[in-house]
Amino acid sequence: MNMSVEAKNVRKRILDMAYYSGVSTHLGGALSIVDILTVLYRDVLNYDFSNPTWEKRDRFILSKGHCVMSLFAIFVENGLISEDEIQSYMKDGSLFSSHPIMNLAHGIECSSGSLGQGISLALGIAKAAKLKKEDFKVYTLVGNGECNEGSVWEAFMLAGQWKLDNFTIIIDNNGLQSDGDSANIIDLSNLTTKLSGFGFEIIEVDGHNEDELRKAYNVDFNGKSKIIIANTIKGKGISFMENNNEWHHNRLIKEKYDCALSEL
Amino acid sequence: MELSKKNAKIWSRMGPRATYGLAMLDLIEKNDKVYALSADLGASSGLTRLMTESKDHYINVGIAEQNLIGVAAGLAKEGLIPFASSFAPFISHRCEDQVRMNLGYMHLNVKIVALGSGISMSILGNSHYGLMDVAVMNAIPGVVILSPSDCAQLVLCIEAAANYTGPVYIRMTGEPSMPRVYEEEFPFEIGRANQLREGDDILIIATGSMVYSALKAADILSEKNIEANVVDMHTLKPIDKSVLSNKYKMLVTVEEHSIIGGLASIINSEIVKMGYKGKVINIALPDDFLIAGTYKYMLEKYGLTADAIAERILDVGI
Repeated sequence: MNMSVEAKNVRKRILDMAYYSGVSTHLGGALSIVDILTVLYRDVLNYDFSNPTWEKRDRFILSKGHCVMSLFAIFVENGLISEDEIQSYMKDGSLFSSHPIMNLAHGIECSSGSLGQGISLALGIAKAAKLKKEDFKVYTLVGNGECNEGSVWEAFMLAGQWKLDNFTIIIDNNGLQSDGDSANIIDLSNLTTKLSGFGFEIIEVDGHNEDELRKAYNVDFNGKSKIIIANTIKGKGISFMENNNEWHHNRLIKEKYDCALSEL
Repeated sequence: MELSKKNAKIWSRMGPRATYGLAMLDLIEKNDKVYALSADLGASSGLTRLMTESKDHYINVGIAEQNLIGVAAGLAKEGLIPFASSFAPFISHRCEDQVRMNLGYMHLNVKIVALGSGISMSILGNSHYGLMDVAVMNAIPGVVILSPSDCAQLVLCIEAAANYTGPVYIRMTGEPSMPRVYEEEFPFEIGRANQLREGDDILIIATGSMVYSALKAADILSEKNIEANVVDMHTLKPIDKSVLSNKYKMLVTVEEHSIIGGLASIINSEIVKMGYKGKVINIALPDDFLIAGTYKYMLEKYGLTADAIAERILDVGI
């Protein structure tokens, strides 16, 4: 599979941010969602990077807030966050920190970082769009580990019930979580089966295949909300990080940084 | 919702929950951005009429308080005005992190309506009592906490919360046929306490259901030549510090909440800062889980009646 130039640049940007921060960052998860977000922001969202407060914009809620580095990288690539501004990433007092701080002028729709809350918020926004008869769509991204949270299932149940055809949940299904292999903790490897009775339009894709992702985003809602289960590899794109949970949250030293960059 | 002696009587008879339902019907008629949300306790919230007459403005998310707050926050984020109601412990403790993130951190315009707080859930017991809800909510930055003393004031609280942009926690105490503190026109401003009785000897600061009992206690004290200034602290956050003064020989707080983290804690921390020199009595529920019983029995057992309040004050003496 060929990685697009955009996805490659976002990954390079993530490595830069991680390395120059000088501290541990959530590299593994940030790399696993790059392709999901690249396709979303480049090909799917009705979104104007020069006008992030535009009322008719499609909304994206990052529920797995610890992977915000990926979102920052996309915003820098598209001029929504300047090169200067992102220099402050992870520095004392910065707006650009380990977890997103709501900042619409810079594209960040909500604060998150406490897992299991983004779907509820996004569902409320999608409901508001329907109540106000507005056409924008709402997307939210959650992690497979995050799905351990009970509140995620509260939101699944209600979204399945409401069947809002402007609402898409993407699950970054990389099979790992903080303590290791999800199969040994809470096994959600059969997410499609588990969710099949909830009343969603469910599409399972390779979360690194841009064509598959694009098609999934464009699948008709069929009068329901949509769940895209994106099967991903944590640390995708950097061989020594792939499926290696040491990179869930780790510091990127010079030698590793150089090595990682050379792979892109 | 016209404030009159007649209506105050009717609302008091209906009790706080039914009054809330009536106030919401009125609010939704005036402002189509207002929505009533519930975690499957619509009828228990007094919303039965609203659920049929304004059903487009009623949202039941199922028995899921965490999701309730998240969904309400999403509506608020898009400019709607959601009022989310449930029993006090469920809508404060069960979903505290959602309140922290959405109402606190993101300061989203959600109104929480905490039903049956304090011990007003009577025989339903500790699982349903709101003993520590103020303690939890008060610790979250930016959330206004209202604690109406009767049903007429509750109506004004609901209107004020809708007109205020920002998160609000409305704590209901009391039950149907609760006594009336206010009969006719009276002022209500968030953050500005109401002085209800003048007196130079002691200052009694009460909140919620305890305001009426404090007024009655003041009458008993007056017979013993102790004149109490009684304040209705209907807003617990931000607290109105202007009522505090060193001129009183004694300061008494009265609330239907745990001794930890409620009115007593809030006022005590303020009087330490101002260097208050007089005696202090905190009348509240103990730092403990309670037994269950009827509201009247519980108020008597835990010393929250006018007689018990007066007796505590007389025992300490000025």
